[in-house]
Amino acid sequence: MGLSQNVAKTDAVKRPGLKVQKKQNGPAYVFMSPWLFGMLFLTAGSMLFTFYLAFTNYNLLSSPKFAGAANFHRLLTDSDFWIAIRVTFIYVIASVPVRLVAALLVAQLVSKPIRGMGIYRALIYLPSMIAGSVGASIGWRKLFGQNGPINSFLHLFGIHGPIWLGNPATAIIVLVLLNVWQFGSEMVIFLAGIKQIPGYLYEAATIDGANTIQRFFRVTLPMLSPITFFNLLMGTISSFMVFTQVFVITDGGPLNSTLFYVLYLYQQGFQFFHMGYAATLSIVLLLIIALCAGVLFWTSKLWVNYDV
Amino acid sequence: MRTANARVRLILRHVVLIIVSFLMIYPILWMFFASFKPDSQIFSNSSLWPATWTFAHYIDGLTGKAGMNFGPMFLHSFEISLIVVIGSLFSSALTGFAFARLDFTLRRFLFGFMLGTLMLPIQVLLIPQYIIFHKLSLINTFIPLTLPSFLGVNAFFIYLMVQFIRGIPKDLDEAATIDGCGTFRLFVSVILPLTRPALITISIFAFYWTWNDFFGQMIYLSNPHMFTVPIGLNMFLDNLGNSQWGDLFAMSIVSVIPVFLIFVFFQRYLVEGITTQGLKG
Repeated sequence: MGLSQNVAKTDAVKRPGLKVQKKQNGPAYVFMSPWLFGMLFLTAGSMLFTFYLAFTNYNLLSSPKFAGAANFHRLLTDSDFWIAIRVTFIYVIASVPVRLVAALLVAQLVSKPIRGMGIYRALIYLPSMIAGSVGASIGWRKLFGQNGPINSFLHLFGIHGPIWLGNPATAIIVLVLLNVWQFGSEMVIFLAGIKQIPGYLYEAATIDGANTIQRFFRVTLPMLSPITFFNLLMGTISSFMVFTQVFVITDGGPLNSTLFYVLYLYQQGFQFFHMGYAATLSIVLLLIIALCAGVLFWTSKLWVNYDV
Repeated sequence: MRTANARVRLILRHVVLIIVSFLMIYPILWMFFASFKPDSQIFSNSSLWPATWTFAHYIDGLTGKAGMNFGPMFLHSFEISLIVVIGSLFSSALTGFAFARLDFTLRRFLFGFMLGTLMLPIQVLLIPQYIIFHKLSLINTFIPLTLPSFLGVNAFFIYLMVQFIRGIPKDLDEAATIDGCGTFRLFVSVILPLTRPALITISIFAFYWTWNDFFGQMIYLSNPHMFTVPIGLNMFLDNLGNSQWGDLFAMSIVSVIPVFLIFVFFQRYLVEGITTQGLKG
């Protein structure tokens, strides 16, 4: 969060007025040495190791056996892999837009300074901080339990609530709702964006006879497009990587209906110790995320407005 | 007439806000009050407010009577989270300073690399890291969970620091340099004290991300003596008898208290901090 415009322009490091000064290589690399060390071994080194492992069979006990592209072949016929892909995409597509729209509308709602606004904002933001924890997941699991409060509430209207987590059709809904519940973090970023929109734009629009709704669609929305893009990108990436909530609430069940990608990766790597195959899965995840980010960047040219 | 209309709109706005806030907070309130209900009432009594209050769930969970002793787990979670805070501050301040203020040959390349890792899924690194720590016999220690923070593995913190330091006027550096300040003193005496808001933001995020982290702690810690709160809660959930939901809710509530306190005390930094630092062009 918090890097909307700058991610795109990496040349932002460029500073004027430095040409006269000589390079400070010595001190710079001393200052950076912890990060450089971590980058070489924990990030870049690990990446390379993952690529190597993806072409091996490795169970942690004997040494890795080179297997060529066998792991990649296996993906094609592994029905669980395809289930995981399908479930994860359904989850991302169902939750990210809802979360984004909720965040934007509520940000608009809390943007005007009225009494008690600090408290409203705080209450709406709070779930984002704890929703990823095991504790909140446990509460969520019982909230949608057979005789939990959600079904008690539905009962008031004579609706006989489903067994949410026992039914493949509804279990994923519970997880999507848990994701949507965390829209507060995006809301805060939208809020900052709304505050940065210059007031004269609204005044000009009002003089031109625009009503509240027109002002929202003609001024607020275009002005927020870089932030919307940032939230969309980050929300998509983090939704692909969801794990804790799934593990605690459904553990992939019922009938694999919530076998999310990272859960499947965890099972292969850390329950069955198929480390090579898990590495393959992680590389495919990286490719999927890169591809989705690429598609989002590409479409962003059509609707993101960096001009003003 | 006009003022009356404005008044109605204001009241409407408050009503909508109260409904939204209540819906958002309801799951937490429900679990909170359920943790004070006797087990027999948690699912039978549909009112939020407990008919009878009991503190037994908290006492049982924290003394081990519930079948698991959460006391040491809280200590472990605190220990890991605090070390990660220190590590994150250390590595992100040093690296952020270098990127924002020093000129060196590979700067643009390394900065690009750092930005790239912002979007890298941790799962891609987890398997090799697990294997490395396994080979070094460091499983069931806190080292795999804390060491990476000292090596700046969380690029977001470095990015935050770079952004913040760039906002500090360069005149200060020049004045200090003219006064004979070396690079190290410039960092320690001039820049570092001014980055306090960024350091606070990083501390908050480092703490509560580590506190809530489950994946990493679960794969590295399998010895019950080393358990942290998230793993303990999950184990408890697995081995639960039918009548212990109250204990589990109580411990879940205790587990979110530190996050809640951070939230209450540092809300300004959380909300204003990320938005103003990260987004300014």
